[in-house]
Amino acid sequence: MLSFSTISKSIDSWLRATFSDTWTMVIEMLIAGICVISLFAILGLILVLMERKVSAWMQIRLGPNRVGPKGMFQSLADTIKLLVKEGLTPDGADKFLFNLAPILAIIVAMLLMAPIAFAKDFQLWNMNIGVLYVSAVSSMMVISILMAGWASNNKYSLMGAMRSGAQIVSYELSAGLSILVVVVLSGSLNLNEIIQSQADGWWIFKGHIPVIIAFIIFIIAVTAETNRAPFDLAEAESELTAGFHTEYSGMKFALFFLAEYVNVFIVCAIGATLFFGGWMPFHIGNWQGFNHVMDFIPSSIWFFGKTFFLIFLIMWFRWTFPRLRIDQLLNLEWKYLLPISMFNLLLVTAIAILGWYF
Amino acid sequence: MSNNSNYKDSSKASPSGGGLEGASSYLKDIFNGLKSLVIGLRRTFYYFTHHKEIITQQYPDNRETMNLPERFKGEVVMLHDENNEHACTGCTACELACPNATIKIITKFDITPEGKKKKAIDKFVYHLELCTMCNLCIVACPTDAIKMAQTFEHSVFNRADLTKVLNKPGSKIREGVE
Repeated sequence: MLSFSTISKSIDSWLRATFSDTWTMVIEMLIAGICVISLFAILGLILVLMERKVSAWMQIRLGPNRVGPKGMFQSLADTIKLLVKEGLTPDGADKFLFNLAPILAIIVAMLLMAPIAFAKDFQLWNMNIGVLYVSAVSSMMVISILMAGWASNNKYSLMGAMRSGAQIVSYELSAGLSILVVVVLSGSLNLNEIIQSQADGWWIFKGHIPVIIAFIIFIIAVTAETNRAPFDLAEAESELTAGFHTEYSGMKFALFFLAEYVNVFIVCAIGATLFFGGWMPFHIGNWQGFNHVMDFIPSSIWFFGKTFFLIFLIMWFRWTFPRLRIDQLLNLEWKYLLPISMFNLLLVTAIAILGWYF
Repeated sequence: MSNNSNYKDSSKASPSGGGLEGASSYLKDIFNGLKSLVIGLRRTFYYFTHHKEIITQQYPDNRETMNLPERFKGEVVMLHDENNEHACTGCTACELACPNATIKIITKFDITPEGKKKKAIDKFVYHLELCTMCNLCIVACPTDAIKMAQTFEHSVFNRADLTKVLNKPGSKIREGVE
């Protein structure tokens, strides 16, 4: 049967038979890099179009419908426009940092792709501290935003960057604590083992209410971490023109834009892996027949289906809720999300020790 | 959770302090916040799944089948019946009502069959370029002689073309309208 893992295995064995071990590694790294970059491009195109369509339908509009059949090439046309635009560097800006910031944003997004299991046995890097790696690297996102805001030499950019800093530092906590809930239940930091632990049911069903609370907190926290509405204080176009990327144009702006959407994809992929079993098909306990039927759907479809469901959820939030003020934002985190998630973690630990989950 | 109640509570919560009461209001806050968020989510999801609610008009393509709302106001027109008669008495109520001098009524005196002089309009001058479509002239008109039309493609090459005479040439006031 054709699947991602068989394709990657056959390429690997062919390379090993043809080249020496060192060259095999170099070529495989190149292939992986190209795959990640093309996945970025495709994700950018699809997610931008998806967001525009979702937002249009939620606001009783039509959305893009002119370029190509049903407006499918709209984001492609936009990309071409951004590619040929002039990338301006303002006079008063810190040129080195200004140009480094968008590249850093995209590098962080690329690094986060490494531990994600896209399908059964199909993963760039199966490391034993996957969850820790993800939460550590994702907090580097704020550095590129702060760098962009500072180097722009623009009051709006700096304010946006500062807000974003306060926001990401605080929401990292509740995101981490809600991730810990799943780590406590599955007893592993390895994303692959976490997926394997959900072979008899996803954690959101097995862990019942505490895990559902953790999932809600996780979704709120990652929406804040990716700087999307209702937590888009970093760009807040009605107050700060465009926040940290006010001064960016052309491809440098496009990189920030792409990084935002790729980050949304990554946090949704992580959420799907932790709470919805990643590529694991929908299994119910010991119903062998039912589980076997579910196994016929390829694992990559399960993974992308779940991820896009979560992406839709985040888009749904974006186009429903108004933006929070900075004090409301910090109140929500420190007075509500953090205490709840700490208590929740305690509860889940007790449940895990007593074995009260399915 | 993300609505205004958060902010208000931050000032309210301090005097009442902790205790059981504080905890119950804290939980109630979370519950009410979540409930209001779900209401909003349900509304947008309804629109997301019900595409027949879409109000976008694909304007240049649907010129024939365009569906303008009833209250859409395009320009002032004077109503004429089949005998080329209108209902304007030249009372200038519309001219006085207009906030930015869009309407100028030039009157003349007709001689009635009995030999009396009667005031009538010579020209109802309407400056479309000054009009803000506020509808005050329509409200002011005692005889419903003018109304708002729904035409809106007003662009012309010459500004003078926007100054219009609304009464048709040769038209006269309808019998019985005072």
